[in-house]
Amino acid sequence: MKLDRRAAMAALVANRSENLLIVPGLGSTTWDLAAAGDDPRNFYLWGAMGGAAMIGLGLALAQPDKRVAVITGDGEMLMGLGALATIGVKRPNNLAVIVFDNGVYGETGMQPSHTSSGVDLAGVARAAGFPVCLDVADQAGLDDLAARLKSFNQTLFARVAIEANDPPRVLPERDGVAIKRRFRAALGLEAQG
Amino acid sequence: MNNAASWPDRLFDALKRANVRQVGYVPDAGHSRLIARCRDDAEMHDVALTTEEEGVALAAGAWLGGERATLLMQSSGVGNCINMLSLARACRFPLPMFITMRGEWEEFNPWQVPMGQAVEPVLKLCDAEVLRVRTPDEVERTAERALQSAYGDERVVAVLLSQELIGKKVWTK
Repeated sequence: MKLDRRAAMAALVANRSENLLIVPGLGSTTWDLAAAGDDPRNFYLWGAMGGAAMIGLGLALAQPDKRVAVITGDGEMLMGLGALATIGVKRPNNLAVIVFDNGVYGETGMQPSHTSSGVDLAGVARAAGFPVCLDVADQAGLDDLAARLKSFNQTLFARVAIEANDPPRVLPERDGVAIKRRFRAALGLEAQG
Repeated sequence: MNNAASWPDRLFDALKRANVRQVGYVPDAGHSRLIARCRDDAEMHDVALTTEEEGVALAAGAWLGGERATLLMQSSGVGNCINMLSLARACRFPLPMFITMRGEWEEFNPWQVPMGQAVEPVLKLCDAEVLRVRTPDEVERTAERALQSAYGDERVVAVLLSQELIGKKVWTK
């Protein structure tokens, strides 16, 4: 079974806990997160393909009292696959890496990604040393993941099987400096712009 | 330890004074002493990377969370960072990078030359401030300037540590 990406994102951020910081990957997962409701604790990406998980690592190490969720796509994760090994070494207990896997590059015309030929991202994460690896393909699994986002205390990886559809784009702020300053202000690191 | 060989310690001292808390690196002979110092420091997160571009993203995340990060690499690693530097530039993330040079002075391995020669122009095209160190005496003050410029102006600053400073790689064992 495959889940609807917008419904899946909405479920993950519903009743979001105060201390959850989210880094979506460029493209569809950024649109999904914006569609679920804007929030200064979202660091939207419009570029930096392959970098989402590592941004999450730096953030998780810097903010050990918060939880950090990277929610990205299969194509973005594949471009930075080494990051799973790097995170597997550091294993911060407040970092979750969640991949919305539809097996295609949705932003560029639905060309197949490696996962559509069987590359198993949850298996890669498991082999890299993530202590908790989930393969989510139904509503019960999604509900479990949403609950875990409020309470996890081990490095977590989840692959979420989603349908290969292309919902309307919902575009958040795209000025990187503005997104950064707003995010840091939400953490009390800068005066509110 | 004499002055010529102790420059990594003075570079480490500069990182400490600047309150750098995350150090990303791909293992590198020229940085081996500095990496060891960072690994031994309880206040620093040392993050071994599979490729240097991971460190550009790591530093962005660190700054989002209120910590200062830096990136240590060899000249060949600069080529691995190019697209990810867009992240630092588009969002004005501070990114001080300390780069040990190959391919420019008594280089035995000709495969190091193409990227070594491209480092400075490529970084300038990417809008980085580029500083050069040739002698041990220059290391500390140049590092301080780089760190101040990176965190103060929220920009990418690269310090190129000349191959002359690091010394020749020994090929015979």
